[in-house]
Amino acid sequence: MKVTEKDVSYVADLANLELTQDERRLLLRDLNSILDYVDRLSQLDTTDVPPMAQVSDRYGVDQSRTGSARFAYASREDILEGLRKSLPHEVALQNAPDTDGTFFKVPKVIER
Amino acid sequence: MDLKELTIEAARAAVQARRTTATSLAEAFYAKIEKTDPEIGAYLTLSKDRALEQAARMDSLAAKGEELPPLGGVPIGIKDVMVTRGVRTTAGSKILGNYIPPDDCTAVARLEAAGAVVLGKLNCDEFAMGSSNENSAWRPVHNPRDLSRVPGGSSGGSAAAVAADMALAALGSDTGGSIRQPASFCGVVGLMPTYGRVSRYGLIAFASSLDRIGPLTKTVRDAAIVLRAIAGRDPMDATSAEVPVPDYVAELEKPVRELKLGVAKEYFGEGLDSEVRKSVEAAIQRLAGSGCEIVPVSLPHTEYAIPTYYIVATAEASSNLARFDGVRYGYRARDARTLSEMYRRSRNHGFGAEVKRRIMLGTYALSAGYYNAYYLKAQRVRTLLVRDFEEAFKKVDAILTPTSPTAAFKLGEKVDDPLSMYLADIFTVTADLAGIPGISVPCGETKENLPVGLQILGKHFDEATILRVAHAYEQAA
Repeated sequence: MKVTEKDVSYVADLANLELTQDERRLLLRDLNSILDYVDRLSQLDTTDVPPMAQVSDRYGVDQSRTGSARFAYASREDILEGLRKSLPHEVALQNAPDTDGTFFKVPKVIER
Repeated sequence: MDLKELTIEAARAAVQARRTTATSLAEAFYAKIEKTDPEIGAYLTLSKDRALEQAARMDSLAAKGEELPPLGGVPIGIKDVMVTRGVRTTAGSKILGNYIPPDDCTAVARLEAAGAVVLGKLNCDEFAMGSSNENSAWRPVHNPRDLSRVPGGSSGGSAAAVAADMALAALGSDTGGSIRQPASFCGVVGLMPTYGRVSRYGLIAFASSLDRIGPLTKTVRDAAIVLRAIAGRDPMDATSAEVPVPDYVAELEKPVRELKLGVAKEYFGEGLDSEVRKSVEAAIQRLAGSGCEIVPVSLPHTEYAIPTYYIVATAEASSNLARFDGVRYGYRARDARTLSEMYRRSRNHGFGAEVKRRIMLGTYALSAGYYNAYYLKAQRVRTLLVRDFEEAFKKVDAILTPTSPTAAFKLGEKVDDPLSMYLADIFTVTADLAGIPGISVPCGETKENLPVGLQILGKHFDEATILRVAHAYEQAA
């Protein structure tokens, strides 16, 4: 598949990256070269092969149950507040580039 | 005290017996760092206060004649992708240049609970993306065995620190080979546990279905000691497995006689450097001499592992790195007039070129119209790779391969060709995709005195067997 400049712009938008002209040019070249190589995956017949998103789906899952009960190992019912107390407010703000002491401050959200 | 001769057990024993103190041990390592690190570049941040407080705690236990925990007084380094409370953590990136985490990575907390002394944070490729540590936003790392060469990556700082006696052990992370490959390039042991064996809580995520934390050490025994301390279910990580942790150290001495070790022909084809081949084949012979049965096996989909990896890992990374937006932590572009501009500029300025390349690739692979052709296809091929291993493990207990097709390459040699850099991972990515454990153990040198690594791959949660084989090899060599 051939990646075009338009694709690069579209993907950069999705990824929230404000690329420079030079970066666009280099990425166009690199993406094409890598995807050319990746295209060899289409040589393989994968009809009837289920996709594997999580290797750990295969251990810990209770196959005898259905729905979210199968993943009971991942949650605990005995804890009401969650596994531990939430991060204190001031600690959560500690690394913030800009705050008013309560909220994270950012430039205007709605563009006019 | 000769830092070169120290192992975890020897260090702990010396502190326990009060032949030395944890404090003077830490100071000796800091002196070595001061002397040697300017030409290596392994450390990004030193945590002297924390280290010396812990050392004092261990010394006070020893002074009272109380038993030290298993890593009491042992100086370790932590790859900078694992958060450390109060100690700057950057993931090798400028986008987290001033980030001070409010919490500890579980693996770090467990090591400290076991008495380890955290010396500092180790350099790595940015967000663990790389095979040479040249993608660090701060500085590259130089291979202690040859300063003109790379230490490997992305845990280059971890491997270099252990190889140069600037830490007695280190934690690294492995997503496509990032523990094993630098271990092989620097001549140290690198263990990647089974996915889910060690909690990922506190590991800054790259690819959530692939990432693992594991030790880099001087000996196999040391790797077993560290694994025992960090492995086990963690409620803070839903993907950490509810599988009991064996006594890996006790398992080491079990005989390897009659174990069946597979040799996969796909790992010995063209592209494998002749010197690496020689060393690895000699290692296989040595294990045969120890009574192991060498069995030819085939992993037919091996050649599809790299393209699969570079779709799966980059797709997951594009999602995981979306959180770096300048809002709550990290770098924020100051000249942005709108929120959207702030996101885009912060990310574009804060991320390095390789990270952007992978985010773009991953976003493309997941985007509407391409999701089926790329991401879903790769996930199906992943199943085929897992099946290859399942078939092979019906016949053998472990599989022997070279860790890397070459020994350490020169700094700058592959930076302009991303694809060529990606192909360096060819022997390591398969294990990441399949979820199985793997260890790299030094098995000789090339004519230029560059270390070569033997990789041993095992069944899910069978770290005990691969450690045993690695230990047997190490003892025989």
